[in-house]
Amino acid sequence: MTTKQRKLSSGARNNLFAYGLLFPSFIFLSLFTFYPTLKSIQLSFYSGPMTRLQFSGLEQYKGVLEDEIFRKVILNNIIFMIGTVPTSLFLAMYLAIWLNKKMAGSSLLRTSFFYPTIVPLIAVANIWLFIYTPQYGLLDNFLHMFGRDDTNWLGDPNTVMIAMIVMIIWKDAGFFMIFYLAGLQNLPRDVYEAGEMEGAKPFQMFRHITFPLLMPTTLFVMIVAITNSFKNVDHLYIMTKGGPDNASNLLLYHIYEAAFTNWDLGKAAVLTVILIVIMLGITAFNYLYLDRKIHY
Amino acid sequence: MKFKVLSFVLVLMVVLAGCSSSETGGDETTEIDFWFPVAVGGDVAKIVDGFVADFEKENPDIKVNAKYGGSYAETMTQVMASAQAGNSPELAVLFSIDLFTLLENDLIEELTPMFEKEYLNDFYDGFMANSSIGDKVYSLPFQRSTIVLYYNKDAFKEAGLDPEAPPENWDQLVEYGKKLTKNGGKDQWGLEIPSTGYQYWMFQALALQTGDNIMSEDGKEVHFNAPYSKEAMEFWLSLGKEHKIMPEGVIEWATVPSDFLSGKTAMMYHTTGNLTNVKNNADFDFGVSFLPANNEYGSPTGGGNIYLFKDLPKENKEAAIKFMKFLTEPERVAQWSIDTGYVATTESAYETDLLKKYVEEFPPALVAREQLEYAESELATYQNGEVQKIFNDHIQSILTGQSPVDEGLENAQEKAEKVLEPFQE
Repeated sequence: MTTKQRKLSSGARNNLFAYGLLFPSFIFLSLFTFYPTLKSIQLSFYSGPMTRLQFSGLEQYKGVLEDEIFRKVILNNIIFMIGTVPTSLFLAMYLAIWLNKKMAGSSLLRTSFFYPTIVPLIAVANIWLFIYTPQYGLLDNFLHMFGRDDTNWLGDPNTVMIAMIVMIIWKDAGFFMIFYLAGLQNLPRDVYEAGEMEGAKPFQMFRHITFPLLMPTTLFVMIVAITNSFKNVDHLYIMTKGGPDNASNLLLYHIYEAAFTNWDLGKAAVLTVILIVIMLGITAFNYLYLDRKIHY
Repeated sequence: MKFKVLSFVLVLMVVLAGCSSSETGGDETTEIDFWFPVAVGGDVAKIVDGFVADFEKENPDIKVNAKYGGSYAETMTQVMASAQAGNSPELAVLFSIDLFTLLENDLIEELTPMFEKEYLNDFYDGFMANSSIGDKVYSLPFQRSTIVLYYNKDAFKEAGLDPEAPPENWDQLVEYGKKLTKNGGKDQWGLEIPSTGYQYWMFQALALQTGDNIMSEDGKEVHFNAPYSKEAMEFWLSLGKEHKIMPEGVIEWATVPSDFLSGKTAMMYHTTGNLTNVKNNADFDFGVSFLPANNEYGSPTGGGNIYLFKDLPKENKEAAIKFMKFLTEPERVAQWSIDTGYVATTESAYETDLLKKYVEEFPPALVAREQLEYAESELATYQNGEVQKIFNDHIQSILTGQSPVDEGLENAQEKAEKVLEPFQE
C-alpha cells in the first residue's frame, strides 16, 4: 500500500515536472493566442467608434451575416479554396513522383520547382503584377503572338480570381511537392516488388499502392493547403486591394479592411470569430473524421 | 528535484525579464512624439530629420522623437493603436480626411484658440476646407496635393497638336485623345485616369468640373447620385467604352505614372505628389496643366495635415505647438515643396526667394497652386473608410461594366446613407 502511494506521488511529481517544463510555452500561448482569441470574442459583442464601444449583443452578428459584401467574400474564399487546393495537391504529387526517379538533373528540377516557395508572397505579388499588366506585361506579350488582344487580367471581375488562383498554385505546388517527396522516400520497396511480380501496370501501381500509402501525407498537406487558402491574402494588398468591386476580396483581407480602414473593431471581431470557427471546423473535420479513414 | 524547480524558476525569470520594458526618466527636457508617414522611396525621412535637428538647436529644452510609420494608412493604424492604449503621441501627420474619424474618437484638439488669425489665414482656402469644420480649425495643412494633367509634349507634336496648348475642356480632351491614340491603344493610349486606390478622388475632379462636390461640409451627407455626379460618371465611362482613348476596365494607380514615363499613354491624371518623380525620370518633354473643364475648372485637394492630440501635459502641448509653427514657416514650407513636389501650403511660402527661383526654373510647379483657386475639399465624411470603400467599389463596378451608371451610383448612395444615418441627429 505504502509503496503504491509513493509510486503515485512520484508519478504525480513527474507529471508536475512535465507541466512545469511546458509552463513557459503555455504563458506565451496564453498571451499571444488564447487571450487575443477571447478578447476578440468579447469585442464582437461591442460596436461603435473605437474609444467609445457600446455593448450590442448579437446585433453585429446579424448585421454581418446579412451583409452582401460578407457573403461575396465568403463565396470568393470558397472559390479560391476549390480553385487552389485540389490542383496544387495534384500537381505536387505528380511532380514528386516524377522527380523521385533517379535521373539526370533531378536536383536542379527539384530546386526550380521549390523556389517559388522561398520567395515571400509580397514579392510574388509584385512579380505577377508585372506578368498580368495589360499591354506590355509578360502574359499579354506572350498571347499577342497568338493574335490575342490585351486583357486587363486584374481589372476585370471575371478574370481576376482565376489570375489569383493560378499565381497561388504556382507558389504552393512546389512547397507541397517537398512533403510528397519525403513521403515517397519512406514507402516500403517490397510492396512494389510484389506488384511487379504480379505484373501491375504503372497506373495500377499508383492507384492501388502509391496513392493509398501517401494518404497520411495528403491529409497533412490538405490541411495546410486549406488553411493557407484562408491565410494567403498579402498579395491582395499589392495587386487588387480586393477589387474590382470586391471580386477578389477574401475573408482575412476583409477583416483587415474592417479593422484598419473603417476602424470598425466590433465588426472586425465578428469576422475574426467567424474565421476562427471556420478554421477549427476544417481542422476538426480532418483530424476527427478523415484521419480515421486512413491506413497508417 | 529542488534543483529542477530552481532551474525552472530561473528559466521563468529570464522569460519574464524579456517582457518587461524600461522607462526613461525625463529631466529638464520636454519630449514630444511626432508620427510621420513616409511614402516608400522618398528621402522624406532625411528632410524631416533635418527639420527636427534644426528645431532642437533652436530649442535645446525640447526633444522631438520623429517616428516614421510607413504609408498613411499604417501611420494612422499605429497612432490609433497607441491612442487606444492611452498613449497617444503629441503630433502626427495623417490624411486630412481622417479628421472625422479622429473627432469621432475624441482624440484631437481644436487649434483655433491657439494660433493667431493671420497665421491661419496664410494657408490656402482650398487646403483649409479639409482642415476645419465651419470656423473651427482642427489641423494644419502640411503635405498637400491636387490632381493635374500631365501630358507628353513630344507625343503632341507627333500627332500634329500644339505642345503648348493642352486640352482646356472635355470636348478637346476627347478630340486630342483620339489623335493621340495609336493603333487602338496598342502602341499608345490618349489618356489614363487611374481607377484603383483613389478612384473616388478622380471622380471628385470630374464632379467638381461639372457641378459640385460629392459630400456636405459637415461630413454627414453624400451626393453620389446627384445629376452632376451621373454626368461625371457617364463621361469617365465613355472615355474607354465609347471614345476608345483610354483602356477599358480598371486602371492601376501605380502603373499610370510608369505608363506615362514609358510612353504608353500620352496624357494622365495624377497627383502633384508625383511631379518630382516625373521630372526626374521623363526622357521626353512634358507639360503640366489644369484638368480640362466641363462647366468649370475643378480638382479636389489631397494629402496630409498635422494634428495635435488631446489631453497633453501643459509643457508638452506648448512644445508641440512650437514645433507645428516651426514646420509651417515659409522657408521650410518652400523647401518641402521643392524636395517633394507637394504644393506649398501657404501664400508666404511662394513669396520666398527660394521658391520664386525654383518656379522660374520649373514653371509646372506653379500649375497646382493656380488650380487651387478651383480646388475643393477631398471626400471626407464620418465613417470615412467605409463610405470611401462603398463608393470606390461602385465606381469599379461601373467601369468594369458590371452595373450601369445610374444603378451603380444609386446603390452607392443608398449604402453610404445607411452608414451615415447614425450621425444625422
